[in-house]
Amino acid sequence: MGKIFRFYKDVDTDQIIASQYLLFPTIDEMKEHTFESLDPEFATSVKPGDYVVADENFGCGSSREQAPSVLKALGVKAVVAKSFARIFYRNSINIGLPVIICKDLYDNVNAGDEMELNMEQGTITVGDKTFTCTSLPENLQKILDQGGLIASLNKED
Amino acid sequence: MGMTIAEKIIARAAGKETVKAGDIHTVTLDLLMSNDGTSHLTVDKYNALKNPRIADVNKLVWIVDHNLPCDSVKTAASHKKMRDFAIEKGIRFYEGEGVCHQVMLEKHVLPGQLIFGADSHTCAYGALGAFGTGVGNTDYLYAMVTGTSWVLVPETIRINLTGNLPKGVYARDLILTIIGKISANGANYKAMEFGGEGLKNIDMAGRISICNLCVEAGAKTALMAVDDVARAFLKDNNRDGDIVESDVFDADSDATYAQVIDIDLSTVKPIVAKPHFVDNVCDAKDVAGIKIDEAFLGSCNNGRIEDLRVGAAIIKGKKVAPNVRFLVVPASRTVYEQALSEGLLATFMEAGAIVMNPNCSVCWGACQGVIGEGETLISTGTRNFKGRAGHRESFVYLASAATVTASAIKGEIATEDMV
Repeated sequence: MGKIFRFYKDVDTDQIIASQYLLFPTIDEMKEHTFESLDPEFATSVKPGDYVVADENFGCGSSREQAPSVLKALGVKAVVAKSFARIFYRNSINIGLPVIICKDLYDNVNAGDEMELNMEQGTITVGDKTFTCTSLPENLQKILDQGGLIASLNKED
Repeated sequence: MGMTIAEKIIARAAGKETVKAGDIHTVTLDLLMSNDGTSHLTVDKYNALKNPRIADVNKLVWIVDHNLPCDSVKTAASHKKMRDFAIEKGIRFYEGEGVCHQVMLEKHVLPGQLIFGADSHTCAYGALGAFGTGVGNTDYLYAMVTGTSWVLVPETIRINLTGNLPKGVYARDLILTIIGKISANGANYKAMEFGGEGLKNIDMAGRISICNLCVEAGAKTALMAVDDVARAFLKDNNRDGDIVESDVFDADSDATYAQVIDIDLSTVKPIVAKPHFVDNVCDAKDVAGIKIDEAFLGSCNNGRIEDLRVGAAIIKGKKVAPNVRFLVVPASRTVYEQALSEGLLATFMEAGAIVMNPNCSVCWGACQGVIGEGETLISTGTRNFKGRAGHRESFVYLASAATVTASAIKGEIATEDMV
């Protein structure tokens, strides 16, 4: 079980990690600033295994891969949204952060609710409610299963 | 079945006769652009590879433009990592030459190419008939190592333009109008293809401005057919001889589109995008009078010579309003030198503007011109997200070079006919 951190629609990657931190030398130095503009307490209150849940078009804007990377570094287990912006979606799979499309979850949960994601079954459970997720395209599922694009490249080599 | 421009370019890069939207293909990339926003992380990931290698170093272009000149010791370390790696590997490397997309368009991009850029505004290259798309640094690294990547062939939204933009209305107003119409994810996963008789009336700077901003509607890429205007741009940059005629594509008349939008350019008005979303647009007149603290003329969207000419013509003989900072930032060294020789920079300086070196400046919100708590910026930059230009409780309005310059003179949002 993990706690839900709930965000609205069109959350852009500047909100996930602002520009002024992107040239810090490492992701670990950036991660304490995650979601600083929307929830300054996020980085200190999120625990490994927690979830980010959002409305439509999560991760729009900049192609900065630092955005999914800081979420992963903080231990976020998955991002579940009604839809994702293209580059964020691809970046997340590439670094091995599950991004799950679920049309019904956002409108039926509150921040702080406990949820459980079953990746194999493609279901999410919150209390006595169960939600069905859209499965990943085959090629992306394969990359995710191998731990990301670089892990899959290293495996080929 | 006919193909869109996006389909034709992917077919060429995949070595196929035809492709269609929804297909996934392995493609060979023509160019790979990376800037200082993520290159230091790419280097770290490269060094951790089991079998590090570069498929074709001649396709790589690395450009420092986001935090230039360097703003801190931490940035200096990241820049040094990027610079040392580029020099060691023999990667084409620019520092001080300009904003990455302007440098790419002036020196490298050619019609029909498939280009990955580790920057979302790579879609600007469509103005020269190239398929540019933004990627993260892991996708970039994979392409750098293997020379290839996978792409999902996008559906295309066709935008047909007719007529002419009225006086005082610019390409920037047109693309903000379109983004307002289709919304911030209206083109998610799709290509946006522009054509029609009206496109002939839009200059190269306007075309780049249009293509550049398509990612703000979620677009994977933006494309325009190559015509005399695009060829003249390449000739001006001494690159017309590099065009591969078989790679110059236009859409087939029976191509399939997800959506077709017709726009009569004569109906477009000056537009402003209000905080904190690019699709949050309104007529500029509706927000006229809002006090500003800073104005910015520059960026990969509107830092070209044509934009500086527009701004200089408006501000000539006038002054920047008291207590307003007006930042003028040419998009490249070439633009800077041209503006210098035309006397435009002197005009801005005499008016009290701050003229700065070519770089991303406050559009990126982490280097020059950052705004403080409660402050308001009007900008030709690409984005107005919350905190984009500095403090998280600050406000960014987006507009054309003309509206930004007029606002700098008035000290409040204004269109060029109001000064």
